[in-house]
This record gives sequence, structure tokens and C-alpha cells, in this order.
Amino acid sequence: MSRAPATELDTTIVLNGKSVTRRVPARQHLVDFLREEMGLTGSHVGCEHGVCGACTVRVDGEIVRGCLMLAVQADGRRVDTIEGLSDSGELAALQSAFHERNALQCGFCTPGMLMAALDLAENHPDATREQIRAHLSGNYCRCTGYQAIVDAVEAVLEARRQEGKR
Amino acid sequence: MKAPSFAYARPQSLGEALALLGKHRDAARVLAGGQSLIPSLNMRLSSPELLVDINGLAELGGIRVQGDALRIGALARHREIGRSTEVARHAPLLAQAVPHIAHVAIRNAGTLGGSLALADPAAEYPACALALDATLVIAHADGERRVAARDFFKGLYTTALGAQELLIAAEFPLAKPGYRSAFLELARRHGDYAIVGVAAHARADYGRLSDVRFAYFGVGATAVRALRAAAAAEGKAADARTVVAVQAALGEELDPSPDLYHSAAAKLHLARVLTGRALVELAQ
Repeated sequence: MSRAPATELDTTIVLNGKSVTRRVPARQHLVDFLREEMGLTGSHVGCEHGVCGACTVRVDGEIVRGCLMLAVQADGRRVDTIEGLSDSGELAALQSAFHERNALQCGFCTPGMLMAALDLAENHPDATREQIRAHLSGNYCRCTGYQAIVDAVEAVLEARRQEGKR
Repeated sequence: MKAPSFAYARPQSLGEALALLGKHRDAARVLAGGQSLIPSLNMRLSSPELLVDINGLAELGGIRVQGDALRIGALARHREIGRSTEVARHAPLLAQAVPHIAHVAIRNAGTLGGSLALADPAAEYPACALALDATLVIAHADGERRVAARDFFKGLYTTALGAQELLIAAEFPLAKPGYRSAFLELARRHGDYAIVGVAAHARADYGRLSDVRFAYFGVGATAVRALRAAAAAEGKAADARTVVAVQAALGEELDPSPDLYHSAAAKLHLARVLTGRALVELAQ
């Protein structure tokens, strides 16, 4: 639908499978909308310029930076957050591997890490350790927990490969 | 930080988009993938009155062979370019460049047209466009005009695009049989801005190189072709003597500007190292 210039726009998003409509300021980015307007505080606001990856969400099935997309741009699109993917069980294997291997300390980066790792598990399950590191290079962990995070993702990919063989 | 207040429009046709740009001119900014524009809004480095979101313009998408060129719509996302079999076959240099562009979540959103129109001096596509002699297709209220990549990049974040114009596609000549390409980039961390990088393209006949092109990025205000270095490789095999000659020639024409971490001399040294590796890759 064409939109004439406006500073606030009615925006309809299929959010975690449920359609929501809100009047949204054009200047508000998607993560602020999710956190402030929808109370979904699992997606974190870190650097707000696309460097840290804490705000990673899925739009129409592909991960994006939630701070680098305006909420009004999500109009008519499907947005999945850490909350939705936790409830659906899609992230269960990764979450349990992170838990088992202590792949988080403060947990601030964890939702973004999980979203990025899920994208890898779905699109490139045969990734090597180096490729896992490259894929997660856009997600910063300031507790320096990368080793355990890579271990956890590697374990999940390995389990997926074994399932695939059966 | 939070973006300043602005108005937002989402036109559904090229005509509508151009009318908005024509009316608001310098007060408007085009929103494509937003991966550079939105950070600059969030950091209040930019404060347009209006964002014209062109993501509704279906005619700006798509990757297809048209005549003797591969036409890539301005809205093609980096990840789409990286996955495209047409790009892998007809413009492999672009496919080689994609993994170096930021990170997956950014490659899912960022666009070819946005990168070319922004002309960031450390960006990958401008160098590819120069190395491949791409043609940029620009729409304006009265029709279209076509600009060669070498005439498009004017300076730091400055291009031949007028405020009332829109970059709608880039056309890359189809890679001919016997041609090879190499793309090398150094960054402090994977996905960071380039310290220096090279996009290279040449014909390789039994290891002998011809029609050699080198384009560098991260070295100055814009990506630049290195004509003398390319000439030094012309007709030669990629052996140690050629590498030394090409690296020497590069020193005569490349004059990198230093950045926060690297002196001009360090950048030139790194450009020479990458060039040596590129020569070997081209000849393989």
C-alpha cells in the first residue's frame, strides 16, 4: 500500500504469529517498538548502529538488525522475536546447549546470539568451527564467552547432522 | 541515541517516488536497505525531513541477463546476490565480494543500489563496479540516463546522482570465457570496514594474464582503478618477477590516506600484499 508522507503511521505486523496494529512514529526503530510498545524486552538495545547484534530479530524468515529497521517498515510483514521462537520450541536445542555449556554469563547478547545461530543451523548445518565464528562475528559478547558459545553451536549442528543421517 | 523526527513515505511506483524526490529534493533521503542510513539517523549525523522508502518498488528488484549484461536491480539484497546462480556465473567477482560485507543480518537487508549510491570509500561494490566496467542506470522525472562506473564516483560519499534522481539498477558486462576474478579484503575483524581491499579481474590463458583490472577500496575518498599496476601484469605469467613489478607500479600510483590505525605506508604495503595474492588467484 502506498503511504503519503507522515510522521506517524498505522502499522500492522504479524508479530510472533499474531496480527497487531499500532500507530507508530516514523522515527521509531523496530526494537524500540517491540520493547516499549509491545513489552517484548527479549530483543536488546545495545549499540543502535548495527554493530553489536543484540537486537537481532527475524523479519519474513530472515534475521535482521532490529535497530536498523524502522517499525513502520515492518508493516505487512512477519516479525519473530526471541519470545516467539522460544515459545514455538524452534530454539529449544540451542537454548539447552547454551545452558549446558555455560555459553552465557550476563545474558545480554544471548537472544541475538541464538537468533544468529538458528539462522546458521537452518541454512548451513554443515558449517565448520571457523564458519560458525564468521557467522557469529556480527554478535558481540562482552563477557568474552565466545569459546563456549561456539562450542554450543557446534554441538547443535553436529546433532542436526546426525539426525539428518538417520 | 534515537533518530530525530522525520516524515516517512512509501511510494508504490517509480513515478510516485521521483515526484517525491523532485518536490523535496535535498530535504529528502532515499531509504533502501537502511543499513547505513538508519545508523546515521540514530546517531543524528543526518536529519532529513522526509524518508522516501523505495522498498515497495517491485521494478527495482531482480537479477537477470539482459543482452550482454547482467542487470541487477538496485534493491537486490547482498545475501540474494551471494546466493544467485546468475551472479556466480556471469559476475563472480560480486559473489566473491558478498561474504566480506558486514554480517548476515545486515546482508539480508542491505542493497546493491544503496551501497553504490552511498559510495562509502571502504565499501566493496564500488570497486567491483569499477573493475568490471559496470553501467549504472539512473531514473529521473523525464526518463533514464546511464552512467559508466568510472564517471559515477566523484568523491567522498559523492556520486553523479542528483537529489531528484534514483539509482534503479547496475549492469555488469557478462564475464567472458577465460576470465577470472579475485576479491581480497583485510579488516580488523570479520565484517568490519575494510582496511584495504582489491577487486581484480583478468583473462588468464594458460597462466598468462591479459585485460587486467585492479580496483582498490579503503585507500582514499573513492574506490580507484590502478592502471599502471594492471599494465605491469599485462601479458605476463603470475610469477615472482611479475608480482614484484606490479607491486612496484602500484606504489607509483596508489596514494592511500591513513586511517585511525594504519599509516599510508602500512596501507600501501597491505595493498601490495593483497595484489600479489590476487595475481596468483587470477592465474590459477
